[in-house]
Amino acid sequence: MKIVVCVKQVPDTKGGVKFNPDGTLDRGAMLTIMNPDDKAGLEAALRLKDEYDAEVTVVTMGLPKAEDVLREAMAMGADKGILVTDRVLGGADTWATSTTLAGAIRNIDYDLIITGRQAIDGDTAQVGPQISEHLDIPVISYANSIKIEGDSVVVQRQYDDGYHMVKAQMPCLVTALSELNDPRYMTPGGIFDAFEKEITVWGRADLKDVDDSNLGLAGSPTKIAKASDKVRKGAGEKVTLEADEAVTYIMDKLKEKHVI
Amino acid sequence: MDFTLSKQHEMARQLFKEFAETEVAPLAQETDETEQFPEETVKKMGKSGFLGIPVPKEYGGQGADILTYIMCVEELSKVCGTTGVVVSAHTSLCVDPILTYGTEEQKKKYLPDLCSGKKVGAFGLTEPGAGTDAQGVQTKAVLDGDEWVLNGSKCFITNGKYADVYIIIAYTDIVEDRRGRKVKKFSAFIVDKDTPGFTFGTKEKKMGIRGSATYELIFQDCRIPKDALLGPQGKGFPIAMHTLDGGRIGIASQALGLAEGALEKTIEYTKERKQFGRSISAQQNTQFQLADMATKVEAAKNLVYRAALKKQEFANGAKVSYSVEAAMAKLYAAEVAMEVTTKAVQLHGGYGYIREYDVERMMRDAKITEIYEGTSEVQRMVISGSLLK
Repeated sequence: MKIVVCVKQVPDTKGGVKFNPDGTLDRGAMLTIMNPDDKAGLEAALRLKDEYDAEVTVVTMGLPKAEDVLREAMAMGADKGILVTDRVLGGADTWATSTTLAGAIRNIDYDLIITGRQAIDGDTAQVGPQISEHLDIPVISYANSIKIEGDSVVVQRQYDDGYHMVKAQMPCLVTALSELNDPRYMTPGGIFDAFEKEITVWGRADLKDVDDSNLGLAGSPTKIAKASDKVRKGAGEKVTLEADEAVTYIMDKLKEKHVI
Repeated sequence: MDFTLSKQHEMARQLFKEFAETEVAPLAQETDETEQFPEETVKKMGKSGFLGIPVPKEYGGQGADILTYIMCVEELSKVCGTTGVVVSAHTSLCVDPILTYGTEEQKKKYLPDLCSGKKVGAFGLTEPGAGTDAQGVQTKAVLDGDEWVLNGSKCFITNGKYADVYIIIAYTDIVEDRRGRKVKKFSAFIVDKDTPGFTFGTKEKKMGIRGSATYELIFQDCRIPKDALLGPQGKGFPIAMHTLDGGRIGIASQALGLAEGALEKTIEYTKERKQFGRSISAQQNTQFQLADMATKVEAAKNLVYRAALKKQEFANGAKVSYSVEAAMAKLYAAEVAMEVTTKAVQLHGGYGYIREYDVERMMRDAKITEIYEGTSEVQRMVISGSLLK
């Protein structure tokens, strides 16, 4: 079995967030981590590797320093890493990103593609399902458990108040929730091995069946009007009243602000 | 000369740091309070490969270098001195001598389980009458047919009772030296926990590293197979001394980690703590103290890493001794750990004396690094001995 896992290097929210003048994230200037949902997806793939001796290939699109996230994935146990990087791919929204990743994945043999549900820097949850559309394969999103049955995957698809059990024939794509598992740590030996392996680097020319008009900032329908770091809220208002009066006061305030 | 860590080492440090902060730090205070050996953490460390870092992969290890192992002990000790010494004693004092002196059969028998954490290792040299003076060792091994018979006891044994594999030093002969004095000849043995005649005595109640299990080991007509001998018969003393040279680098990194951890906590605290209307980090006294602490920590780090690199040369096959480098690293790092943790408590004021604050534990943990695996005085003997020979 061959599994492709898409991972994204995202800003570490413990560090500060920095922006380019055009409103996109200045990824080169921030501390980074592997996106948590993607890490859970990678762990799911590695468990399938442990059980079925699957081959796990990790793909990422990003700046050259996104190589770090591939090394991390390989130090956890992934077999191969592919970095898709090219100046013309910069500033991509979900559409351009999914087009790029699908163009890269068309070069690879796969039975199963796993992506994280969403990245913590965008929270769109669109790239995984869009890749499946580009590749014309089934998608099961929000996976809380993944099992293999013959040539199919059986996935528990999580909702707020319940779950679906969904079966799909491979090849297919599954998007993983961070609640899916507790990802393993890298191993010290795995780290040294990861740096001895080659990482495949692909640029625009290596993408299969994609149109330039769907790539990079120019090919992104999403236009960012404004971006900012967290805005601090005001100090609030503190009043000391008896319970009955306090309830009336709060109700009036909520009405005044048209909350109720 | 290059002081830059490789990308591999940087990533390994990140791994150890993340593990320490996620898995170890939340338990550090409880481990100290309850004196509970961190069994669950040991299992997790085994699973993540932390218990066989410098061991070749063919024996189930990680195939990484000594520096990586040293950084592991350092990062663990930044948040918990107990967890640091569990890994150090296991790796330096049990895994390393088996790897260095074991037969192929012994390596294949013991190393995979020790590296995976299925088994934990320990080392027994010290006895009630023999600490620094090894000739005082009373534990005796006599060959009886195909078995060695061990009698005697060991004290202050780290990982005692929880360990499954013990490297035990006992005398196997008494010979006359050139001046006609009777001297003991020692040998090293590998002893399994469940061997009949091998029991555990008192568990020590300690000032610091309270979660690490420190036990007395008792051997009463304990029969072990003839092939449990580690290295050549009669070479137990050099084996023990060489093992302790490596162990000292492990303890030096534990001391380094404790000093670094206390410094980090103190920087955070002095920025937050306000007196006379401003944070105490704005006071020149605090700034100068922190500067001195950081400078000494950095100097200690350079000595510890240098000793690790020298041991690596030996591990790579070079005929070099790392005894002096190890002694200097342990002497200096242990004294820096004691000084920095003491200053950390002082800069925390009254809160530093309260158990809720980590520096209180760190100061208690630091003291032992000046004592075990060769006291600071012994390190000075080793260093001066090399200068005056």
